[in-house]
Amino acid sequence: MQQEDKIRELQVFAQQIRVETIRALATLGFGHTGGTMSVTEALAVLYGGIMKIDPQNPGWEERDWCVMSKGHAGPAVYAALGLKGFFPLENIYTLNQPHTDFPSHTDRLKTPGVDMTTGSLGQGISAAVGIAYANRLDGRDNHVFVILGDGECDEGQVWESAQFAAHYGLDRLICLVDNNKRQLDGLCSEVMSHGEGIGAKFRACGWDVAEVRDGNDVEQVYEAVDRAYHNVGKPACIILNTVKGKGLPLAEQTGAHFSSFSAEQWHETLAFAQRELERLTAQA
Amino acid sequence: MQYRIAGKHEIDERMGGDGYAQTMVELIAQDSSVVHIDCDLAGCSKASEIAKVYPAQVINAGIAEANAVGIAAGLSAAGKIPFVHSFGPFISRRAFDQAFLSAAYAKLNVKLIGSDPGICAAYNGGTHMPFEDCALYLAVPDAIVLDPSDYVMFINLLKKLYAWYGVSYLRMVRKNSARIYEDGADFEIGKGVLLREGNDVTIVASGLLVDEALKAQEILSERGISARVIDMFTWKPLDVELLLQSAAKTGCIVTAENHNCTVGLGAAVARVLAEHCPIPVEMVGVQDRFGQVGAIGFLQEEYRLNAREIVRKAARAVGRKRQ
Repeated sequence: MQQEDKIRELQVFAQQIRVETIRALATLGFGHTGGTMSVTEALAVLYGGIMKIDPQNPGWEERDWCVMSKGHAGPAVYAALGLKGFFPLENIYTLNQPHTDFPSHTDRLKTPGVDMTTGSLGQGISAAVGIAYANRLDGRDNHVFVILGDGECDEGQVWESAQFAAHYGLDRLICLVDNNKRQLDGLCSEVMSHGEGIGAKFRACGWDVAEVRDGNDVEQVYEAVDRAYHNVGKPACIILNTVKGKGLPLAEQTGAHFSSFSAEQWHETLAFAQRELERLTAQA
Repeated sequence: MQYRIAGKHEIDERMGGDGYAQTMVELIAQDSSVVHIDCDLAGCSKASEIAKVYPAQVINAGIAEANAVGIAAGLSAAGKIPFVHSFGPFISRRAFDQAFLSAAYAKLNVKLIGSDPGICAAYNGGTHMPFEDCALYLAVPDAIVLDPSDYVMFINLLKKLYAWYGVSYLRMVRKNSARIYEDGADFEIGKGVLLREGNDVTIVASGLLVDEALKAQEILSERGISARVIDMFTWKPLDVELLLQSAAKTGCIVTAENHNCTVGLGAAVARVLAEHCPIPVEMVGVQDRFGQVGAIGFLQEEYRLNAREIVRKAARAVGRKRQ
């Protein structure tokens, strides 16, 4: 497939993830809109273009792993996995209902394809580092992806694991930072800033760092991740400059971490996202 | 379970740390998926000795306990069997959320080793003296919590935990402890050990206090009180059957632990008895206090973690029974 076709296909996949995430959130009418919408393009690139996966065999030893350290983006992960065929897509509409396999935060025991349980911020990156270390001990060359939130980078544990990964030269580890500029209480720059920036901190820890100007642009994300995939000697960090609530106008306006909308608002939101999907599909 | 009691109040010349390293070398020889993670205390746990034989299996995470336990969870997710060591206060308080969520909630296989339990932290003082480490892990659903009483038991339990899948917390005395059991003893998680038979009171002890309980039994015997002594190393799962059998037989119980008894073994025993067999219970242990610096002998006096206090509480329990 030509690179251009590939990118168009991934653009469609990203918007499909967005549409299905909205459908899942709309079933109960509330959820983590901001951080699911900002990360859909990254998920599309990983699950649709980069990662070695087998939906029929989620535990395949040679697979690439993905840990959603910002566990509240679970609904977007479920949409990506469902669209890839890890389970029937309609299952994700049981989101947060009693005994569901699709809880708000990712759970390795419940959802096929989810590689690690997360939810207490800062912990997923340590687990990803441990997985990368174990793979190296076993002589496997599979990659481990971890997706961090920028707000999550307030946690000290993020930096404990960043220094560990660099110290041990875990070059099959790739960290994507969903740099959507907002955390629950407001702008990251106001709640807790990061000095010279999150990328600078990773670089200081000994990582290779790349910055993607528009982390909601599939082509830019794909190029950066593809480059990092072939990185040697150091773990790689990619800062994705994204928009919190991207593609969901009610959430994008406020940058809300969590939203609760009326049925009518969800209906309009879904219709808006579907029109965008139709437009992208027609182009592809 | 099989065991022969040494119980002569002699110190075992072998050190827990050395035994840990030797046992880990044996386990890794059998199973290369076993790994040890340390937090810049490999010289204390003697993991440095494991590294001389199996360098790849020993990971130093630096002074970063939360990350060390998180990494252990990741190693387990990818099929390894990680043992993580730090001093008791840090492998419990400092890494608790990681142990709770990344390891236990995610149903991964992570073995936590906390050294220098309770007053064994001695000259490191109150900052390093965990009286709440076991209590924290008691609060984790399905976790195993063990406070072994001597070298022989510690080594045996280490092997038992290797074969058991899940999150566990094992206290380790790095240095010497009193010898309770003859070599070759074999224990079962969830089964307490009956050390002495008796009729008037049961002393339910663990760890450092087991040897004190045996001494107390001898003193009580001279005073005409017949004490049953149990080594309840298995705080969780607690041996409820043995506890209730002892309660029925002796009608009162004294617990004894090197830990805060208001949230520890005493509290756990009292809960079971309150529900199933309410009888007088007396607790020997740290009475909701912080640690402090000093020699073990001083600290045993200061916190009343000795045979004399067990005798006093046993006499009181027997007296309450007669009221």
